[in-house]
Amino acid sequence: MMLAIKEAASDMSPYVRKTAAHAIPKLYSLDSDQKDQLIEVIEKLLADKTTLVAGSVVMAFEEVCPERIDLIHKNYRKLCNLLIDVEEWGQVVIISMLTRYARTQFLSPTQNESLLEENPEKAFYGSEEDEAKGPGSEEAAAAALPTRKPYVMDPDHRLLLRNTKPLLQSRSAAVVMAVAQLYFHLAPKAEVGVIAKALVRLLRSHSEVQYVVLQNVATMSIKRRGMFEPYLKSFYIRSTDPTQIKILKLEVLTNLANETNIPTVLREFQTYIRSMDKDFVAATIQAIGRCATNIGRVRDTCLNGLVQLLSNRDELVVAESVVVIKKLLQMQPAQHGEIIKHLAKLTDNIQVPMARASILWLIGEYCEHVPRIAPDVLRKMAKSFTAEEDIVKLQVINLAAKLYLTNSKQTKLLTQYVLSLAKYDQNYDIRDRARFTRQLIVPSEQGGALSRHAKKLFLAPKPAPVLESSFKDRDHFQLGSLSHLLNAKATGYQELPDWPEEAPDPSVRNVEVPEWTKCSNREKRKEKEKPFYSDSEGESGPTESADSDPESESESDSKSSSESGSGESSSESDNEDQDEDEEKGRSSESEQSEEEGEKKKMKKRKKVPEGQREGSSSDEGSDSSSSSSESEMTSDTEEEQVEPASWRKKTPPSGKSAPAAKEISLLDLEDFTPPSVQPLSPPTVVSTSLAADLEGLTLTDSPLVPSLLSPVSGAGRQELLHRVAGEGLAVDYTFSRQPFSGDPHMVSVHIHFSNSSDTPIKGLHVGTPKLPAGISIQEFPEIESLSPGESTTAIMGINFCDSTQAANFQLCTQTRQFYVSIQPPVGELMAPVFMSENEFKKEQGKLTGMNEITEKLTLPDASRSDHVVVQKVTATANLGRVPCGTSDEYRFAGRTLTSGSLVLLTLDARPTGAAQLTVNSEKMVIGTMLVKDVVQALTQ
Amino acid sequence: MIHSLFLINCSGDIFLEKHWKSVVSQSVCDYFFEAQEKAADVENVPPVISTPHHYLISIYRDKLFFVSVIQTEVPPLFVIEFLHRVADTFQDYFGECSEAAIKDNVVIVYELLEEMLDNGFPLATESNILKELIKPPTILRSVVNSITGSSNVGDTLPTGQLSNIPWRRAGVKYTNNEAYFDVVEEIDAIIDKSGSTVFAEIQGVIDACIKLSGMPDLSLSFMNPRLLDDVSFHPCIRFKRWESERVLSFIPPDGNFRLISYRVSSQNLVAIPVYVKHSISFKENSSCGRFDVTIGPKQNMGKTIEGVTVTVHMPKVVLNMNLTPTQGSYTFDPVTKVLTWDVGKITPQKLPSLKGLVNLQSGAPKPEENPSLNIQFKIQQLAISGLKVNRLDMYGEKYKPFKGVKYVTKAGKFQVRT
Repeated sequence: MMLAIKEAASDMSPYVRKTAAHAIPKLYSLDSDQKDQLIEVIEKLLADKTTLVAGSVVMAFEEVCPERIDLIHKNYRKLCNLLIDVEEWGQVVIISMLTRYARTQFLSPTQNESLLEENPEKAFYGSEEDEAKGPGSEEAAAAALPTRKPYVMDPDHRLLLRNTKPLLQSRSAAVVMAVAQLYFHLAPKAEVGVIAKALVRLLRSHSEVQYVVLQNVATMSIKRRGMFEPYLKSFYIRSTDPTQIKILKLEVLTNLANETNIPTVLREFQTYIRSMDKDFVAATIQAIGRCATNIGRVRDTCLNGLVQLLSNRDELVVAESVVVIKKLLQMQPAQHGEIIKHLAKLTDNIQVPMARASILWLIGEYCEHVPRIAPDVLRKMAKSFTAEEDIVKLQVINLAAKLYLTNSKQTKLLTQYVLSLAKYDQNYDIRDRARFTRQLIVPSEQGGALSRHAKKLFLAPKPAPVLESSFKDRDHFQLGSLSHLLNAKATGYQELPDWPEEAPDPSVRNVEVPEWTKCSNREKRKEKEKPFYSDSEGESGPTESADSDPESESESDSKSSSESGSGESSSESDNEDQDEDEEKGRSSESEQSEEEGEKKKMKKRKKVPEGQREGSSSDEGSDSSSSSSESEMTSDTEEEQVEPASWRKKTPPSGKSAPAAKEISLLDLEDFTPPSVQPLSPPTVVSTSLAADLEGLTLTDSPLVPSLLSPVSGAGRQELLHRVAGEGLAVDYTFSRQPFSGDPHMVSVHIHFSNSSDTPIKGLHVGTPKLPAGISIQEFPEIESLSPGESTTAIMGINFCDSTQAANFQLCTQTRQFYVSIQPPVGELMAPVFMSENEFKKEQGKLTGMNEITEKLTLPDASRSDHVVVQKVTATANLGRVPCGTSDEYRFAGRTLTSGSLVLLTLDARPTGAAQLTVNSEKMVIGTMLVKDVVQALTQ
Repeated sequence: MIHSLFLINCSGDIFLEKHWKSVVSQSVCDYFFEAQEKAADVENVPPVISTPHHYLISIYRDKLFFVSVIQTEVPPLFVIEFLHRVADTFQDYFGECSEAAIKDNVVIVYELLEEMLDNGFPLATESNILKELIKPPTILRSVVNSITGSSNVGDTLPTGQLSNIPWRRAGVKYTNNEAYFDVVEEIDAIIDKSGSTVFAEIQGVIDACIKLSGMPDLSLSFMNPRLLDDVSFHPCIRFKRWESERVLSFIPPDGNFRLISYRVSSQNLVAIPVYVKHSISFKENSSCGRFDVTIGPKQNMGKTIEGVTVTVHMPKVVLNMNLTPTQGSYTFDPVTKVLTWDVGKITPQKLPSLKGLVNLQSGAPKPEENPSLNIQFKIQQLAISGLKVNRLDMYGEKYKPFKGVKYVTKAGKFQVRT
């Protein structure tokens, strides 16, 4: 099993890896001894970059090793960035995991606020001041606490909040709730508000969803009342709601009630009281009681309302009111003698034990306010004592004792009677109480000490009860969790940790290269500043995955190309020589650029000898290996492998200059003129055969190779004549993208000849071309001799007549004739033109309708940054960039060489990756083909 | 996460069970039955029940209880959402989510459940993917299957699962390419006794029925997108595009789906299209009362109000009702005490009314409260919020689709307190 999972975890297909992630918890539940090995697999899968896998592996992580928070560090940013594309179920799991993670890694965003606000909150308990407090007060208080350094949110913390926010718009209630709890637990107070709207939306959903959401809203509304206040009316209750929903809504309404909105809330409550649903009515009465205690201003109104309810026909309502009134009266008993009298009258009618008990307690407690009625009530109760419920009996004893202490003259006999009755009661609790009370209040010989204090014991002032929400302390559970709902710890519940005092080291999350797809501006900037090389190279380490992701591949390509450039693949022994090569390559390169700057015209002539010189210098080091390779050349099978090596040795200088060329173009990305300073001889890096080899290895990267190696020409070096077919003469060509000197309508093609035979090749020239109509060729001057091991370059011009038909011609040496053909990619049939944005728009306006070709595409993650897009487009087509006001749009312009018709290319790229490519051109065929090519280049 | 699922019908029979991990005994449902008994009303069964060893999370849909068994901590909404998705899938497959339909297609039900959940974690829940894996039942296919003994689980992995648009299956082909959108708006309102609006809000959805070949990329724009206050999207919608341009841009799933649901800000005044005049009174100490309700149109923007139904939950003491409607017909169920008056179309010339006597249980005290009226209605060709679709563009495919938008306004939770 373990082996199977391990193997599947490194499979090519993300679906297999996803399934492997699913298998992990299964295996773990079968055999928990394998935990360590499983954690390794999880660690590996966590590094995966596909959205398909992310959800499943985090689920496995939560089941197997939720305590290994350290595994998340490296993947934190990636998970945040991927989150929006993960399927819904995965999102929920990831978000709740990240909530826990963030609680351990970041500082509390409310630490300053909470300190400050505790005071006002206590002072204005029950008022809305805490929310209404403007920033001004905070500032003032912040000034008062100069020792505390100002809080700055960790950028990663911010990243998480920003990336989860859009998910509030998810159709899945579970996702919305997950984000809501994340915001509630992690966001600074000012930002939590955004979740209210989404949560209120969920209230339209199925009643089960409403139930869960309301539970959570109830908890939140205690802490953050202001958040839901604008939505007060959404919590109004309909008669058709199920009772459990009604009660929860009531809870929320009560929590939200404050000085300003209390009249409306109470008016609503009034309607609810007349509801047919008696449980709900009882809850409403309690809610009124809570409002009354919390908001002093309306206490009297509430009390009056409740007293009116005492005349209600329904006994349950009355009883509930009595209980609530009792609690309210305890707060300010003095003024309410009348109400107590009224209640006392009710004892005849009310049968609900709890209500009777409450009335008796009230009379006993405040017997001095109703000195006349109290003994009478006791008389009545004594009469019916035996028929009462236990709870009432206890209160009768209580009342009797209190009256005995205050008014013993009138009630002595009654008390003794009650106590006697209680002494023989069936319930031992009552018997006990009676015995205890008798000892306390009736003075006897022994118990004198206690009875002296009896009055203090019974009639001590009692604190008023606090009416609190049952949701008050629930927020120590993670919101949205099962434990929170049940208000008890469920099995497997992961405690939400408290914020750390000191922030743990944020650098643990630093992956060497920041993900640049959707990351913050800060990171983007950083990324831009980075040189190209460190960028691609840094990717390799931790993020490498089994994923066949073009990014990682291109990176390996670039590596291999740089290796080949420096001649590393030649035998290991000549390391030093390589270094020499490199130095020489560099110096020659700088020479080149200097010279090129000054004398462009001289360039062509100068180049050839330079190349020769370099070639010979490099040969010194690699003599031994080249000889060995030559000896092997006889065997056909090995030939293929040896070939690149031998080729590389022959072109190390050109190999060297290619990265240089790349650097040039990368340094000034914005002006992407095909640099005329481009070295003539070596715009290509790798020999054809190497490129061919790479193509053989992986199909996908073939268009990438040339674009990376020589951004000048999208087509890279194409083979014209293979070494074997040419009997030692290898010929390939590149499109240099320079205007052909002889005829501006011609595409200039650089032909590279290399002689790998051991005899000199003489008299190289172009033979009689057989050309399709319109296509013409400007031949290159005859090359008289090419000695063994030498290579040279010639330029020829071809007028393709704005079509991609191949130009066929013969390549002749003194002894042989080779039939060759050059087929241009459509992108090479044009030359860049420069125009302003306005001109571009004007021209584009003229070329609509039939002349406009539009294609939708989705940019892969790897090609969303500015420079990649520009690079890819310009590599594919010889176009010039047009400045553009908006950041998401790229514009390019060019003219076809032969007819000079405009080709305008617009790429409208959204940050999400969706893009729209528009090509406007009179030449519809060219337009269509160009769209195809560019789309292919961009999406790969 | 999700351990087992039990399907229970209204009479308390467990008619289907499915276990994804070890088997959990049916007796665990006793806790559920206990809670159900306590709740009296089906709607009041708590969705989450804690038992000594398990947690039961249940939903009530179409007269069925879906009871899932959980052993460890999991967000309850996660399970509830999943159960609803299961019910939706059944609905989608069998046309209805009833006991009979499930029993008829028990093989497919098990196949679906097996595919939707892997070891308790949701795997494939998109209807498009499921349909590629497991073909929905047709008469022909079930005949073929029963003869050949083959199952209707596809052998190939659905293409969509691997792509970045998992909601759409590949290789869709139609001869008629159509895209229809239904803009349905519901008015939630509470009207108080005097006829003034306590609370009113518009909740809207856009349901789409898309039958387009290939991989169309649609973008739907509105004349007045600012109206939408709070929106929730199908995963196919590009959020960034909406944020920046207020355009819905998406590659749609195949078939019927809900594109967005939205709320129109409650700050806007909601036009209430009907008014109700009512006088319901119960006489003290006599076993009868009077009932008189008249309903009429108001600000209906020239459209007729159709499908009007009034439902009243009468107090328990009501024995019978003796009414005469001027229009439509009424029924009174003496067991549930529900009065339903099916009015039909309202014409402003002749306002429909329902008048008559209410018979009460003799000797019982008169009811405290007047019952509230729940009103249903429908207005075709009108989105009450004024939302208008501007245009629908399609990219990515060459053909021209038929496009259509339909607007309907309905009453949602529309209640008149009396």
